[in-house]
Amino acid sequence: MLFSLAGCATTGEGDPRDPFEGWNRGVYKFNDKFDDYLARPVAETYEDWVPREVRDRVRNFFSNLADPFIGVNNLLQGKAAEAFDDWTRFILNTTVGLVGIHDVATDFGLEKHNEDFGQTFGRWGAGTGPYLVLPIFGSSNLRDGVGLAADMVTDPMGEIRPIDARNAAIATRAVQTRADLLGASRVLGEAALDRYVFQRDAYLQRRRSLVYDGRPPREKFE
Amino acid sequence: MKTFLSFFIGLILPLAVHGQETPDALVKTVTLEVIDLIAKDKDIKAGNRAKLISLIDAKVLPHFNFQAMTQLAMGQSWNKARPEQKRRLVEEFKTLLVRTYASALSAYSDQKFDFRPLRAKPNDTDVVVQVRVLQSGAQAVPIDYSMEKTPAGWKVYDVMVGGVSLVANYRTEFNNVVRDSGVDGLIKSLDSKNRSLEAAGAAKK
Repeated sequence: MLFSLAGCATTGEGDPRDPFEGWNRGVYKFNDKFDDYLARPVAETYEDWVPREVRDRVRNFFSNLADPFIGVNNLLQGKAAEAFDDWTRFILNTTVGLVGIHDVATDFGLEKHNEDFGQTFGRWGAGTGPYLVLPIFGSSNLRDGVGLAADMVTDPMGEIRPIDARNAAIATRAVQTRADLLGASRVLGEAALDRYVFQRDAYLQRRRSLVYDGRPPREKFE
Repeated sequence: MKTFLSFFIGLILPLAVHGQETPDALVKTVTLEVIDLIAKDKDIKAGNRAKLISLIDAKVLPHFNFQAMTQLAMGQSWNKARPEQKRRLVEEFKTLLVRTYASALSAYSDQKFDFRPLRAKPNDTDVVVQVRVLQSGAQAVPIDYSMEKTPAGWKVYDVMVGGVSLVANYRTEFNNVVRDSGVDGLIKSLDSKNRSLEAAGAAKK
């Protein structure tokens, strides 16, 4: 049922969840090059030169700025208690945690959540639509792509002025994010026979799990 | 004291406890033991992949049911394989998974574990043991071990990381290869994948 929208577009032998596989593989190849020549080397240099304590604080800082809209998404999904936690996290970490560089809220038992507009649409019953590989952003689908656009519009980073400072902040966050994924991408490269297929299926499983906050209805093995 | 304790645990674990030990206690013991052994081993920390793999072979592998994992990953294609092909498939998939596990362990850097209490009835024979890996400023990553009780003790037949089932994730890949080039094609492609990883690992040293 989740993939019913994608199912309509099925032609021939391809995977019904991925009707644009040819196009997607092209973008995937482009993203790979972008990663090989720019994103990964920069992230590796960052990891080599910046001590872990500093990287933790950078991650905390950006993570804190995201908490208000994680709360909004929790509220939109009808999870008021979680939303309240997210906003309390933001207030605590911004003040006691020194503009967010320390995640003191977690120590107080307020857990970090993972929410975005794509998950909210999923909670509201939207199917994933066809799988899409977006330039630079990578794995997505129609639903999460629209969600990503909404995430970007509401991104507090966008408000930073001057523009140079905003760009620097967004770039730093991107490098931190890629650095956090270095281990995972290495494992992926070693585990997969066909990296495109493995990554796609992992993405679809992961997003399904996130929509249900880690407790998706169990899929039966054939 | 800690060394003595883990030595003691290492000594009695293979002999006596299997079967009686609860699955969540087993996961906790093995995880902490492996992390501890890696932390103390200079060669492994310096990137000696072969030594890490032999550690996994000795400590982790006995608690996995690779036959079940291969069967689940193959789905319907499993029935197309002859007994000899099945044996090869299990062997190759095991090698690949151990390498993947080794590379995941190498990425580990002092994150804390949160071993969740088991939610199961005492006479359950199929349970999910939940562990969470905590990281500052990010949502904890859940690792769920699906485990089944067998005469030889509790055995893991699937690992879910962040909601991604390892065996389910291989299903499409495996079925694609079997559709295009048969069961032998899959054995061949697993074999060449393993060989290329081995070559890359040897080159790194």
